[in-house]
Amino acid sequence: MSGIPHDHYEPATGAEKWLHSRLPVVGLLYDTLMIPTPRNLNWMWIWGIVLTFTLVLQIATGIVLVMHYVPHVDMAFASVEHIMRNVNGGHMIRYFHMNGASLFFVAVYMHIFRGLYYGSYKAPREVTWIIGMLIYLCMMGTAFMGYVLPWGQMSFHGTAVITGLFGAVPFVGEGLQTWLLGAGAVGQPALNRFFSLHYLLPFVIAALVVVHIWAFHTTGNNNPTGVEVRRGSKEEADKDTLPFWPYFVIKDLFALAVILTVFMAIVGFMPNYLGHPDNYIEANPLATPTHIVPEWYFLPFYAILRAFDDSVWVVQFASWISFGIIDAKFFGVIAMFGAIVVMALAPWLDTSSVRSGRYRPMFRWWFALLVVDFIVLMWAGAMPAEGIYPIIALIGSAYWFAYFLVILPLLGVIETPDTPPATIEDDFNAHYGHVAPKGEQPPVVYPAE
Amino acid sequence: MFRNLTLTATAAFALSVGAAHAAGEGHVHDYAFSFEGPFGSFDQLQLQRGLQVYTESCAGCHGLQYVSFRNLSDEGGPGLPDDQMRAYAEQFFMLDFDAPANRDLIDPETGDQKVFSPADHFPANTTQNAPDLSLMAKARAGFHGPYGTGLAQLFKGMGGAEYIASLMMGYEDEPDCALDANMDGYYNSTFTAGGYPDSCKIFDDEGVEIGRMVPGSWIGMAPPLFDDQFDFADGAPNDMESVSQDVAAFLMWTAEPKMMARKQAGLTGVIFLTVLSVLLYLTNKRLWAPHKKAAKEAIKGKE
Repeated sequence: MSGIPHDHYEPATGAEKWLHSRLPVVGLLYDTLMIPTPRNLNWMWIWGIVLTFTLVLQIATGIVLVMHYVPHVDMAFASVEHIMRNVNGGHMIRYFHMNGASLFFVAVYMHIFRGLYYGSYKAPREVTWIIGMLIYLCMMGTAFMGYVLPWGQMSFHGTAVITGLFGAVPFVGEGLQTWLLGAGAVGQPALNRFFSLHYLLPFVIAALVVVHIWAFHTTGNNNPTGVEVRRGSKEEADKDTLPFWPYFVIKDLFALAVILTVFMAIVGFMPNYLGHPDNYIEANPLATPTHIVPEWYFLPFYAILRAFDDSVWVVQFASWISFGIIDAKFFGVIAMFGAIVVMALAPWLDTSSVRSGRYRPMFRWWFALLVVDFIVLMWAGAMPAEGIYPIIALIGSAYWFAYFLVILPLLGVIETPDTPPATIEDDFNAHYGHVAPKGEQPPVVYPAE
Repeated sequence: MFRNLTLTATAAFALSVGAAHAAGEGHVHDYAFSFEGPFGSFDQLQLQRGLQVYTESCAGCHGLQYVSFRNLSDEGGPGLPDDQMRAYAEQFFMLDFDAPANRDLIDPETGDQKVFSPADHFPANTTQNAPDLSLMAKARAGFHGPYGTGLAQLFKGMGGAEYIASLMMGYEDEPDCALDANMDGYYNSTFTAGGYPDSCKIFDDEGVEIGRMVPGSWIGMAPPLFDDQFDFADGAPNDMESVSQDVAAFLMWTAEPKMMARKQAGLTGVIFLTVLSVLLYLTNKRLWAPHKKAAKEAIKGKE
């Protein structure tokens, strides 16, 4: 499937031949599972499995929760308490689902930043990247709508704030907001449709995941060197790769087990650590919480949303040039979605001829700064929008856009990249060929031409 | 922007002087509860005392609408014997007529109740503005530090029980700054959601509030607990501070009745997953060994 030469499934028995000529499903599974995978993949390549597992976990626990949940404004909160108190194992299932959302986003952020560092978005993997961004958007939509369902104070008022953003769209905003909520305010119609979509979107994600995997199985995996697998002959390809089963399945399962150990400790010992106490108070439209804070995984983009107020010259300019149609609120909405759009456009904004950040001395620093920026934005998003915090958020937002729109295009021109190894085989051999003294990284030595 | 910076600097200066408190800041004492941490467990006798405090004091106004009587005899809870639990439930000769299942028990013409039988759960609140206490210990966070990072919560829990005990102990004499303010209610150094007199706020030159002289705010509830108010069958101390912690522990249980089962499941899961991780590590190591060895030899061959 990947264009990398490898063995294909050959039906041996009569029964296999019978099935294969009618539905080559065994062959599909065989080719998917035995796909040649670069043998030098490091531990940042495990998040895909973690994400797949988490998607299944969320769907499985979610289906059970739905059996007991009641999507009604008068009963939703009580039905969640019913799950926590009366349903057999309900408290564990609910806490798995609640914290599973956090695991999902930890994994997806690691996965995305791995792709950004090793240039996994670059040709020929742009489609994989774009589909990944669509999955990420669907995840955010699913998580947002799922947070509404317990019908706590933060559910209710968080929804009111976020759907209020659509009201900022010029001309059609108010109508759009009413159309989304099914009413003028958050209430029964909104709860019902969010419940419906929260059930639908995970299956959309599952379908997108299949396409995501299909896409990178067509191009082959990227790897830490960014050097492509040699495809001249099967012998050559075998030197660069190992089959996914068993080598990477076992490796990924080991990583998954370690991550699930931590996850189990969080669910068992501190399941409410990542939540917000206000969501254990039933929704009350008349009492607004002092600080409305979204879940942690939305905070960086929430910070970008709030960063642009009337005092920022870009906002003033946008307002002036659009005859006041674009106000600060709408500008914030554009910035928030724009932050994800520029990330999705990375394949075309990055002009460097070298794929992996490992061989890009200047890029590495700017990338490290982007990671720091992401964490700073997350922190700023949790702080009240007063004092020094909006300024920090504004600087953070500016760097986020500058990284994608200015730094990535420029670096390709001004940076002198190092020379990557000639083959994946060389990288793998160099990594394991030297016994490093304890505590030191093995020196990466590439044989002379 | 510059104005903001100045304000922040002013506020920082005001804070460094020592007397000022941020708006919404309340004092929460870090009580040591038996159920803190991964291995902590509820103290059964303390939960029983807390139930008694709740029944004799809190239940006058507050409710526990999500808590079923039958859970009082659960393991990992107050663990009342079955007959005691039933006897306890019998004192609530009430019916939740708002529950859908009970609507047809009311005669639609006269409005009288047809049957008089007990409900299976604690009643809801009976006094306006007295919130239901079922989930109170999870609806409040006691810890935010150090430096607002919330890391303390990793080791001690969210601190809801600490908040409740502190609230019980937080009633203090009206501060001097409020003596002329004629505030409704009672000054409480833990409660943050109540009224607060302007005379206790600190303003900058432009009239913007930059700090407060005393923490907490004014609460409508009169001080509910006193020394020697309760007689405990187990002879435990009945000073106000002990009683406050007893009722806080009980409310932690009403908020999280399956806490013990959850921690047990967590521990079992962590142990099993650790074993699985080790086995998979060894499997992985062995699986890759020939290829890593070949890599070593390939380099040696070139050197």
